[in-house]
Amino acid sequence: MNANFKAWRDGVRDGIPIALGYMAVSFTFGIIAKQTGFHPFEAVLMSATNFTSAGQFAGLTLIAGSAAFFEIALTQLIINSRYFLMSFALSQKIDPSTPFIHRAIMAFGISDEVFGVSMAVPGKLNPFYTYGAISVALPGWALGTLLGIISGNILPPRLNSALSVALYGMLIAVIVPPAKGSKILSGIIVLSMILSLLFAELPLLSSISSGVKIIVLTFIIAGMAAVLFPVKEEEAVS
Amino acid sequence: MNHVYLYIFIMAAVTYLIRVLPLTFVRREFKNRYVRSFLYYVPYVTLAVMVFPSILDATASPWSAFVGFITAILLAYRGSSLFNVSLLACLSVFIVELLLY
Repeated sequence: MNANFKAWRDGVRDGIPIALGYMAVSFTFGIIAKQTGFHPFEAVLMSATNFTSAGQFAGLTLIAGSAAFFEIALTQLIINSRYFLMSFALSQKIDPSTPFIHRAIMAFGISDEVFGVSMAVPGKLNPFYTYGAISVALPGWALGTLLGIISGNILPPRLNSALSVALYGMLIAVIVPPAKGSKILSGIIVLSMILSLLFAELPLLSSISSGVKIIVLTFIIAGMAAVLFPVKEEEAVS
Repeated sequence: MNHVYLYIFIMAAVTYLIRVLPLTFVRREFKNRYVRSFLYYVPYVTLAVMVFPSILDATASPWSAFVGFITAILLAYRGSSLFNVSLLACLSVFIVELLLY
């Protein structure tokens, strides 16, 4: 079988739980968009072109409040700055000879979860794997938005609550297995969660927006880890 | 709401630029061991920071979310697939909430 097709199919397989989790989140996004006064087409267009959760939720509030264009651009920059680091990490995960067009298409789909599963692929990443994940995750994101805005609350609250952990489950399934048997990775994950908790709970730190918190903690913890525990050549590739 | 399409376009453009710049500009493998190590650790730190503690606010009760969190970690540790980890975490939340309410 064609290697690209096989990679695409694997991406679709891993994209299905992402799509289900996205539908639960974008459903809520659709409901809030409706309450804020958005037309269904506008909300779905935003989901289809932005493909990011926190940024879109912030966008709704800013647009409803007729914020300055500069303000909305800056807000997106801060909230979504983590994608910059993810994109950097992916640049080392793909083959250096990957053509521009593949890089440009892949980049559109860098959401937290699509990034997570793409980095979890053993060895070098074939762009078609990421396309596969995007090809189900993005429609899931857009469809959930549409259902939320046209129907309001049709999902039973119990089901909605349960589906809300789907994406967290995905992310855990990405970071935990490589940490098995690695004290360094396990320690880094635990430390990241503890510092994240402190940033969320301590009086001064809790005023920092989540976008800033993510990027600050990533620089501090990954930066320290790189000094203290530089990885061997073969590890850094995968 | 005026200019709604312009707003959406600006948001999409900023977000895409953040995503596309490193991936298209960095066209070689870094040789520097520090940079390679840093980028190796990035996904673990970024995703761990995003998961906890915000998972606790995701469901109707922090307790059901906590059970879902532990369930996902145990299953992932035992090598379950992405799909199973995700689905069974949802199921554990559902069951806990049935018991709670």
